[in-house]
Amino acid sequence: MLKLIEGGGASQDRRSGERRLEFGDRWPYEPSPEAIDRAGLRDRWDAFIDGRFVPPAEGGYAADLCPATAEPFAAVAESTAADVDSAVAAARRAFEGAWGRLAPLERGKHLFRLARAVQERARELAVLETLDSGKPIQASRDFDLPLVASHLFHHAGWADKLEWAFHGRTPRPLGVAAQVMPWNFPLLMAAWKIAPALACGNTVVLKPAETTPLSALRLAEIASEVGFPPGVVNVVPGGPSVGAALVTHRGVDQVAFTGSTEVGKVIRRAVAGSGKRLLLELGGPSAHLVFADAPLDQAVEGVIAGAFFHQGQVCCAGARLLVEESVHDVFVAKLRDRMETLRVGDPLDKNTDLGPVGSAAQLARVRELVASAEAEGAARYSVARELPARGWYVAPTLFTGVALAHRIAREEIFGPVLAVLTFRTDTEAVRKANATSSGLAAGVWTSHPGRLLELARGLEAGVVWANSYHRFDPTSPFGGCKESGLGREGGRQGLAAYVRLEEDA
Amino acid sequence: MTERPREDGPPRRSEPEAARVGIRKTWKLFVGGAFVRGESGRYRPLGGGETCPLASRKDLRDAVRAAAEASARWSRTSALLRGQILYRLAEVLEARRAELSAQLAAGGAPAPPRELDLAIDRVVSFAGWADKLSLLASTVNPVAGPYLSVSQPEPIGVVGLVAPGRPALLGLVGTLCPLIAAGNVAVVVAGEPDPRTALAFAECVATSDVPPGVVQVLTGDRAELVPVLARHLGVRGLDVWDASEADARELEQLAADGMKRVAFRSWAVSAFEDARRASSPAMLERFVETKTLWHPLGA
Amino acid sequence: MSAADAAGAAARGLLPPLGASPPVERVAAEERAAALGRRSLKRAAKVAGLRLAVRCMDLTTLEGADTPARVAALCRKAIAPGGAASDVPSVAAVCVYPSLVGAARRALAGSAVRVASVAAGFPSGLTPLATRVDEARRAVDAGADEIDMVIDRGAFLAGEQERVGDEIELVKEACGAARLKVILETGELGTFSNVRRASDVALHAGADFLKTSTGKIQPAATPGVSLVLLEAIRDFYFRTGRRVGMKPAGGIRTARQALHHLVLVKETLGDAWLDPELYRLGASTLLDDVLLQLEKERTGAYGSLEYLPAD
Repeated sequence: MLKLIEGGGASQDRRSGERRLEFGDRWPYEPSPEAIDRAGLRDRWDAFIDGRFVPPAEGGYAADLCPATAEPFAAVAESTAADVDSAVAAARRAFEGAWGRLAPLERGKHLFRLARAVQERARELAVLETLDSGKPIQASRDFDLPLVASHLFHHAGWADKLEWAFHGRTPRPLGVAAQVMPWNFPLLMAAWKIAPALACGNTVVLKPAETTPLSALRLAEIASEVGFPPGVVNVVPGGPSVGAALVTHRGVDQVAFTGSTEVGKVIRRAVAGSGKRLLLELGGPSAHLVFADAPLDQAVEGVIAGAFFHQGQVCCAGARLLVEESVHDVFVAKLRDRMETLRVGDPLDKNTDLGPVGSAAQLARVRELVASAEAEGAARYSVARELPARGWYVAPTLFTGVALAHRIAREEIFGPVLAVLTFRTDTEAVRKANATSSGLAAGVWTSHPGRLLELARGLEAGVVWANSYHRFDPTSPFGGCKESGLGREGGRQGLAAYVRLEEDA
Repeated sequence: MTERPREDGPPRRSEPEAARVGIRKTWKLFVGGAFVRGESGRYRPLGGGETCPLASRKDLRDAVRAAAEASARWSRTSALLRGQILYRLAEVLEARRAELSAQLAAGGAPAPPRELDLAIDRVVSFAGWADKLSLLASTVNPVAGPYLSVSQPEPIGVVGLVAPGRPALLGLVGTLCPLIAAGNVAVVVAGEPDPRTALAFAECVATSDVPPGVVQVLTGDRAELVPVLARHLGVRGLDVWDASEADARELEQLAADGMKRVAFRSWAVSAFEDARRASSPAMLERFVETKTLWHPLGA
Repeated sequence: MSAADAAGAAARGLLPPLGASPPVERVAAEERAAALGRRSLKRAAKVAGLRLAVRCMDLTTLEGADTPARVAALCRKAIAPGGAASDVPSVAAVCVYPSLVGAARRALAGSAVRVASVAAGFPSGLTPLATRVDEARRAVDAGADEIDMVIDRGAFLAGEQERVGDEIELVKEACGAARLKVILETGELGTFSNVRRASDVALHAGADFLKTSTGKIQPAATPGVSLVLLEAIRDFYFRTGRRVGMKPAGGIRTARQALHHLVLVKETLGDAWLDPELYRLGASTLLDDVLLQLEKERTGAYGSLEYLPAD
């Protein structure tokens, strides 16, 4: 008779040389590149100010490189303080003029139109985003663009309902919002910033990341095409000096930034005492906890997504895996099997899971951190895969034997590198997860509801994903505690960063 | 010149013709539920021969440590119980009206009984808020997918409160109570014009049911203490009242390193007296953090 | 102990290899399975996938009106799906009721196409155990190479998992050299965690294939549920060294669905399972759509059913 013995479970899983899965070429997928003919590409991109593309007042043009080839594919205006001046002035005119005079519902209707227009142009925007950022087209197409459209759509509906959102306090727009974007989700972050800012009645000057300016410029152009008054959405491409000129500009009332904690601090110091409202979405290595009672196969997917989605270049990447010691070996074995199926290559190929990292500088930094982990004694496992000869590629990598003191456990990696640590008890898990100055997100995999809720309470993070990871929605507030930022984006809570309430006076 | 004893308060100084020598109170800092002398031995004269300690950087460090130790438990104390503990504080204040009134008068308050009324009522109001903020500020987010997504406010932990100078008691309870009602713990730097009322209030806290460490009260030199508070990485929030523009800029810059939550406010006395404004949920929302939890639906 | 010995021991119940089955988070499993459905298969990859789908197909007819002549026609199509002149490969097996095993055996004589038969009280699996065992034995005696049995879901849901395992063992014994496909009827198991548990019971009881569904109950072979079976097979392989086959069945009607299932197995179990010895697609109408798609890839023009062999 068959004996069903409880206990052991997946930990009995044994692997050896003769028990291996082969993910080879028995049935290869052909290259399946997305066509780039309708990506809305142009050779030269100017700043978008007051409803039109405007050549830089003083600066020249810089080459925009494609991460997949490391070659230039467009020239982008290098804005200067003079362009920032005209953009802020245009935004101010719009705020005090056409946009400010609009009835709230009319404002909302503009945003609804924009949401629709983005849906209509989703394919071309996805291709543009992939070319510029190196993000795999499957992510641009299935993740970024749907979220861009839904953020615009959700916030469009807020425009005429704001007075109900603040418990009897009357919200007023702030004025001109200065918004500085990261390079990992160029268009999505632009939508996260623009949508609530406009819904709340503000106007916007946006500075895209230096390496990924195109989609935001195109978004501003689309807004103009669908009838936004001039000056409501302005985009000034350029480097850090443009960002600095923008956030410190006297005509700016709100500063929103998504990016590194380091730059977030610089911005905070720069705008201190100016009275500008500040919204910061910063980073920090988020912890991903896997318990022995977890749905392990789904936890593998969650951890893979957490660590490798967009090559790990995500502010809330689950780059620190904390796995319960009793399932460490089997879980790592499963992770390694799963890593073997990750397809690294041309981001335009629809079957590519991991593209290149965003820049040569980023590649250097990831390599340096990987070297530091090896030097500090962690055991490295990288997928043995031939990487494309051109472009800034990193093989998906996992480190075991990582200690909390190691740099890869403390610093934000922003590359496809996962650090694996272990814990024995729930208390230890929470302690290790919280042992960082950041607190953006955390993942927890367990099948015990009480444990989950207790952990969720103890984890110092703005977002806790239970038995899931990387979930985003315009109705759900996102943002970090501790050094991971100030404020929230999305949901009712996210509106607060864009309004002045009576008690602020 | 000698002060005359007042009907509603303890004598400030013994009368030369009286046979008995009065007992003069030694004011101390309130840290971790205990009254302690200042570490540096420095003090400030308060008039009437009394002094209050000038807290040092180390006193502040100890206060933050005491607060941090109390934080985990206080944040997990049920909201109902936090409300009851605050209500108990109101009871204690009511019972010690005479003394508080005398301290307020000595500190220069124009209408001590009225300020006391408002202050005690403010404590009662925030006692009621403790279990209601989450009801207002939490959301179930209708996300587009098979997930439950819920967001709720959580206390951030240790908050430095640089209390308003005036009104001494109403300003203090009106800014401290929302912090602790929301589940935070506080290190208070008392307003400089009347530190004695703040310490008398601390004695009320000590004899109420507020657990040790939830409230610390330091007196001292604001200019010396507040920058230390702003830079302290164990302090998660900084609620600064009546800062000059220059000070606010400096403190905001100092607070960047731990990405501290900071508020700078300056209210007229009349604003504190306006109950609708001064006991609004906005007072509690300043130092809470939204946490969002996602869980899939289905089996 | 060698892998083969371990597998044998497991099948005989000598090992206690079945620990607590891991729970399954349904939403996450379905999302992973859906993501694999977005693989882009073009040109040669599509043709190779479609031909693999044909080679792995259990061409099935399970209608009350089935006759020897109807089965014979189906067998001709199984041997040469695209017609005699076509290079489309034969399917893996023809699957029929036990009464038609003889007819199928005769019609397939000389070909490599196997005869599979649903037996053991199909589709309810609720006839007396002795009857079910006897039916399986008779089907094998009549020439079936493979037996598809359905487990007693009621017993499973009532907590009698050992009984379910014992019954599988008995039917397996009756099959002799014939291979046993164990149908879990996942649509009746309620939760994905139950599906995983039932998979583990069947694997440890000696199943040669796990099969999702009878085709009589919806939902049937959804991508999510198929993924759960594949993961159970993978873990069992690592535990025992034994490669068990997989057969999604029920509701797979389009070439696109078939390719989705093949992607699931390719990226979960790897190359070894991309073979009719370890992978089957149970289907009755799928073949026509696959043939249409193959024609489209060959000629570049969209086809129509009228131009296909009518069986």
